[in-house]
Amino acid sequence: MSVDLATVKRVARLARIAVSEEEAARMMGELNGILGFVEQLSEVNVDGVEPMTSVTPMNMKKRADIVADGGKAADVVANAPNSDRNFFVVPKVVE
Amino acid sequence: MTELTSLTIAEARAKLSAKEITAVELTDAYIAAIEAANDTINAYVAVTPEKAREMAKTSDARIAAGKAGALEGIPLGIKDLFGTEGVHTQACSHILDGFEPRYESTVTQNLWNDGAVMLGKLNMDEFAMGSSNETSYYGPVKNPWRAKGSNLDLVPGGSSGGSAAAVAAHLCAGATATDTGGSIRQPAAFTGTVGIKPTYGRCSRWGVVAFASSLDQAGPIARDVRDAAILLKSMASIDPKDTTSVDLPVPDYEASIGQSIKGMRIGIPKEYRVDGMPEEIEALWQQGIAWLRDAGAEIVDISLPHTKYALPAYYIVAPAEASSNLARYDGVRYGLRVDGKDIIDMYEKTRAAGFGQEVKRRIMIGTYVLSAGYYDAYYLRAQKVRTLIKRDFEVVFDAGIDAILTPATPSSAFGIADEDLAADPVKMYLNDIFTVTVNMAGLPGIAVPGGLDRKGLPLGLQLIGKPFEEETLFKTAHVIEQSAGRFTPSKWW
Repeated sequence: MSVDLATVKRVARLARIAVSEEEAARMMGELNGILGFVEQLSEVNVDGVEPMTSVTPMNMKKRADIVADGGKAADVVANAPNSDRNFFVVPKVVE
Repeated sequence: MTELTSLTIAEARAKLSAKEITAVELTDAYIAAIEAANDTINAYVAVTPEKAREMAKTSDARIAAGKAGALEGIPLGIKDLFGTEGVHTQACSHILDGFEPRYESTVTQNLWNDGAVMLGKLNMDEFAMGSSNETSYYGPVKNPWRAKGSNLDLVPGGSSGGSAAAVAAHLCAGATATDTGGSIRQPAAFTGTVGIKPTYGRCSRWGVVAFASSLDQAGPIARDVRDAAILLKSMASIDPKDTTSVDLPVPDYEASIGQSIKGMRIGIPKEYRVDGMPEEIEALWQQGIAWLRDAGAEIVDISLPHTKYALPAYYIVAPAEASSNLARYDGVRYGLRVDGKDIIDMYEKTRAAGFGQEVKRRIMIGTYVLSAGYYDAYYLRAQKVRTLIKRDFEVVFDAGIDAILTPATPSSAFGIADEDLAADPVKMYLNDIFTVTVNMAGLPGIAVPGGLDRKGLPLGLQLIGKPFEEETLFKTAHVIEQSAGRFTPSKWW
């Protein structure tokens, strides 16, 4: 499978990365190179093979359902580019 | 008197406990070495001398009080991927500009609890995506090794290039690193150092910037096998904050150093003999086989038939997981923000400006293979191939193989800004051809120096073990180290 320019732009949009025409064209070549490389997987017979979902066979650990941490709003927003009274500030999203 | 920075961790530990040297003296020696070398080597992206001296003072007090921890007073470098409270943590990406977490990663906290001293944060490929340390926002790291009679700058490998270069150039006693497809073992091989990627789940991933969560694993890069064992003992733990952290006690890895490998069965996989592999790599491999045979191990030819599919499967699984993990960098909660006309425009401009080319490439691949209609053809198929790769290893281990010996990399270190590699991303990816299977199967793997090539550059051997049998790797790697010797670059910087 290979991607055309329109697909590259659509994927960039999905990934929320702005791309110029030149970048999209360059990426198209690179992505097709990588997709061509991974194409060889299609020759593997995977009939009846379960997909790997866990590297080591183990049950997911669960913590007790208790409040063990919190009250750190100031720490949470400490690295925000823009915050106000412990809220993240973003451009207007609701008209 | 020998330079303090030339001491291994084990040697420094002995001198500290005998009170022949102080932790402050040792730390000062490293800070001076970093100040003299870092403009050239570029291994550190942030140096923390005040913090280091403060920690060293505390160590001296603890040693005096007879309360020394396992790494008391040992100065370490920390890969920029580990969250360190109040200290530069940016995964060497522009998009995390100014980020200083309010928390400490479990692995680094374990090191500080054992008395280690932090010298600073180490350079790496952006978000650990790369095999040459050239994708770092902070510029490439120079390998302390140069070819004989050449002043051409070489890469230290990647993504833990800063860690490997700092250890090789004696700019820290040891370093933390991470490995998603080979990022500990390939740079260790390129710099004549020892690097181990432990079994998935052995070191907590909590507080480490995520790249591909089902593959990422932390481990040490050190000057010799014993030091790597000492460091891993402190880094590894059972962590309730990481659901994939395994509930197994951490063994005393150092105790396995010096143990006999007599009667061990070492597998030699025929699929690791790849087209175009330099003769010197084949010769090194044969030499490694001879050393282990001489030490009493039985050498057994084995087959891992799905080896060639590991790298293509990796380039679906890793970008898919990365595209999901890196969705969080949106200019809202931390790091860089580039303003736009609305919120979508802000996201797109921030991510366009904040991510480098290789990171964008992988996010794009990941987004594509996970997008509607392609999931089964790419991601699901790759995860099935992964099951087959893992099964290959299970079959040989079930047949009585204790460890597998392979070359660590298909070549020695290459030049910075190599034009061939820059022109073709897939060519760069092939650096991980021998290491990536180990991540796909979640197994432990260690890279240990085997010798120098005819250019005088280090080459590494890799040992692959059964899950949670890192001790087998340490004792076998130590046998190789005893035969091969240790390798230190001559100082030109």
